[in-house]
Amino acid sequence: MSILGKGGNRYTGAHQSAAFSRRLLLVSGAQALVGASLIARLGYLAVAQNEKYKLMSESNRVQLIPVPPRRGWILDRNDKPIAINRASFRVDIVPQQIENAPAVIALLAKLLELSPDDVDRVTSDLADAKGFRPVAVLDNVDYAKYAAVTVHLPELPGVAPSRGYARFYPAGSAVGQLVGYVGTANAKEYAAEDKNPLLIIPGFKIGKEGLEKSLEPQLRGEPGGQRVEVTARGKLVRELTAKPDRSGSSVQLTIDADLHEYAARRIGDQSCSVVVLDVTNGDILAMPSMPSFNPNNFSDGISKNEWNMLSSDDHLPLVDKALASLYPSGSTIKPSMAMALLNAGIDRHQRVNCTGSYPLGNHVFHCDKRHGPVDMDAAIVHSCDIYFYDMCRRVGAEKLAPMIRSMGFGEKFDLPFDNQRYGTVPDPEWMMRKYHREWQTYDTINMSIGQGMVLINPLQLAVMASRLATGKRVVPRLLKSTPVVPQTQLAVDADHLVFIRKAMAGVVDHGTAASAKLPLDGILMAGKTGTAQTHQLSASERGNYTAALWKLRDHSLFMGFAPYDNPRYAAAAIVEHGGFGAAVAAPLIRDTLTFLYDKQKAIAALSAFEQTIGGTLEQRAARKTSAWRSAHGLPPATA
Amino acid sequence: MISSSILPQPLARLPWRLIFLISSITGFGLVVLYSAAGGHFAPWANKQAMVFIFFLGVAIAISKIKESTLKALTFPVYGLIIVMLFGVEALGLVKKGAQRWLELGPIRLQPSEFMKPAIVLTLARFYELLPPGEIRKWRAVWPALLLLGVPAALILIQPDMGTCIMVLLCGITVMFLAGLPMWYFAGSAIAIAAAAPIVFSMMHDYQRKRVLIFLDPESDPLGAGYHISQSKIAIGSGGIFGKGFLNGSQSHLDYLPEGQTDFVFATMAEEWGMVGGVLLIFAFAMVIRWGMRVSQRSPTRFGQLTAAGLSGTIFFYVAINLMMVMGLAPVVGVPLPLVSFGGSAVMTVMICIGILMSLERQQRTQSRLE
Repeated sequence: MSILGKGGNRYTGAHQSAAFSRRLLLVSGAQALVGASLIARLGYLAVAQNEKYKLMSESNRVQLIPVPPRRGWILDRNDKPIAINRASFRVDIVPQQIENAPAVIALLAKLLELSPDDVDRVTSDLADAKGFRPVAVLDNVDYAKYAAVTVHLPELPGVAPSRGYARFYPAGSAVGQLVGYVGTANAKEYAAEDKNPLLIIPGFKIGKEGLEKSLEPQLRGEPGGQRVEVTARGKLVRELTAKPDRSGSSVQLTIDADLHEYAARRIGDQSCSVVVLDVTNGDILAMPSMPSFNPNNFSDGISKNEWNMLSSDDHLPLVDKALASLYPSGSTIKPSMAMALLNAGIDRHQRVNCTGSYPLGNHVFHCDKRHGPVDMDAAIVHSCDIYFYDMCRRVGAEKLAPMIRSMGFGEKFDLPFDNQRYGTVPDPEWMMRKYHREWQTYDTINMSIGQGMVLINPLQLAVMASRLATGKRVVPRLLKSTPVVPQTQLAVDADHLVFIRKAMAGVVDHGTAASAKLPLDGILMAGKTGTAQTHQLSASERGNYTAALWKLRDHSLFMGFAPYDNPRYAAAAIVEHGGFGAAVAAPLIRDTLTFLYDKQKAIAALSAFEQTIGGTLEQRAARKTSAWRSAHGLPPATA
Repeated sequence: MISSSILPQPLARLPWRLIFLISSITGFGLVVLYSAAGGHFAPWANKQAMVFIFFLGVAIAISKIKESTLKALTFPVYGLIIVMLFGVEALGLVKKGAQRWLELGPIRLQPSEFMKPAIVLTLARFYELLPPGEIRKWRAVWPALLLLGVPAALILIQPDMGTCIMVLLCGITVMFLAGLPMWYFAGSAIAIAAAAPIVFSMMHDYQRKRVLIFLDPESDPLGAGYHISQSKIAIGSGGIFGKGFLNGSQSHLDYLPEGQTDFVFATMAEEWGMVGGVLLIFAFAMVIRWGMRVSQRSPTRFGQLTAAGLSGTIFFYVAINLMMVMGLAPVVGVPLPLVSFGGSAVMTVMICIGILMSLERQQRTQSRLE
């Protein structure tokens, strides 16, 4: 037919009909082909890729609502709780859902009896809120108020009451710097954890500071999940089987909670930190830094006023002084310095005549007293500076610095805190590197009594006491789960060590710390006082501390160990601007170590002490808060 | 077809097998719509049933029209629809917004819907009037291109991409069947394929992005690709036998958008599986085959071209919709006839069926006379 169609001159109706039949066949064929490929495609999707799409359909349908795990406890060495969880009711606001915020907040304030502070905080949090994050109104709501909010829910769009657990620290501010605090994750932390949905559950807290932060991986646990079927718009259809959550694991510390709290209270109103170590294994038994914040207040969400009060306090309640504050060691360096002198060949019976002043070039260095001729023992017991100026000058800093370092100054310890500062033990090489100048004789003289460039933290001071007590390299530890570092012998002569210990016992027996003898039969303490200058004061001002402003006073230091003849505990205290080491720091350590042997006696001493400063820690904190509030024109805080 | 003495003559002459076939497709569609509404007849299945019954009546009424009447009406109706398309444009200008329909009292008319069968009839009439010897000449092409191009352009600027493509494909099918030289079609295809990259390279970045997303919607999974991804999940998760009636999670939990209209096939396949899909495709294939047989047997050129063209209309509806829901074509908004909820598609398809029944009835009448 095609031959006819092409060959013929005329294209007739017959040709046309034949051409139509051919074209119709082509169209039908094409249609059949499309139909077949559609069926093939259907088969590919429904059979070959069935598994993949089944999974995708399930992940569409089923969503996991995380159930927050209970946070692990923090326990002391005797299983006494330091941080635990208490069942609590709470009220939150979901910013996306709130309508007419001022009216809702006003009604909530009435129902929950919110303080004006809380209202301010909620209002400002709500203003900064990014859609996803619920704003906490109140934690630890008592049941009656919780029920009242529940009843009024229809008038409170966006308000979400719920029940959960709140972190509780029985010792309050005494453990503030040690454990840190927990809080709601902020936008940055949420992003850092890859938008972990657990973090935005109302009431879920993560560690923000201190141990709560560094032990977060152990303490958090595994969230469980309520599996639910939801629509594309997020509406819940029904609940499916749940996946159980796993609580965080408990963490045991080497801390003795009672001793820690005792030391914290014994600090009184001073800005101070105390460290107590068990020299046999390096366990940190107590490490309070006072004053501190109350972590219980932080876990409920702290008010702006409370924060302002804490951050404007010159006693620095937001700083962990035991690890993150650096001080000149003052005379506490002397026993180690004496060890270095002995090591360098100095005869301990050789005397230096102390005239009360020591000229060097056109500068005169002073001693606080005219000691006359002193040997090494007297120089330690009576803390004569001029003996150390002269002897150290003879030996030179290069030979002294390694011994000081081996005793723990300038050393960084592996502890679960990210805020440790570890100071300096200077030497000529360091001076060149850091300040690009030659080491001068006056640098040696400053260093010999722990002034100048020497900077230490209180933990290092306690470590030094423990190493002098044992002659071994004691390494502190805070977590029961970390293994004890085997104690190696220090490169010191046993005979030298016996002499230094005896001299330190002399300090407490008849020297500068004679007022700090342990009130215990048969247990003697050995130690060394220190007074670190912070400002240049005239001799008359220095003697008369009440005249000088607090900020200008010297730091008061003490380190020691007990019992002298068979060392078990080492301790150190640095009291900021406390004055003479003997006057403040030494009695503090005396009472703290007494507590380890005779609790009755120590507690009696504490109550007597607290009488003189105006009551217990809580009473004084409350008084301080109300004074601060009235000074800043704020109404008294509600309980 | 059923010759029974009990049935009155006009009823007995109806093509009952075809009516049974399209009723079955619609019935299955109603089952799917019932499930899509969460196990309720309202709001879709009940309305769809009424619409179908009404338009089945319309189709039977159309089947009584003689071929000569159809021929006589073709050009006037075509002209009327063109006027209405211009009217829609004018109304859109006045109202400052795109519009697709005219409101005449209580009735909303969407003129572009009528253009799908109308273009087939018009071109069939044109080629019938064209003397056979002229088919290879220029005058066989330009009037047809004009008849096709004007409505297509008007529909495109509404904008209604899906209907425009349908009208163009129906028109081209008739022109192909009319016997225009093969190289016209091959040449055009090659020219378009060659021009596409050049046009693409001349576009702005944002225009290119739109074209790319149009061609590959899954590159934009939360935007344009969301429909297709969810549709493929629904079909793929159904497997061979489906999740069972009323058990489709994709449709019931609203993950599948437009599960009762354009994506009704996905709703069906999720619950009835590949088995339901293949059955539905075969049912449509039988309807189309019935239409092609009408074309084959038609004694007139108008009848041949019309029947094949209208069968093509039904075919394109089904094919484009299925390609769309299975991720083989961009989403252009073509419903699955008789199954998707919505009156316009039922109306268009039933007009096509009505005209096909009319042509088929006259074949039988003529053959009886012979």
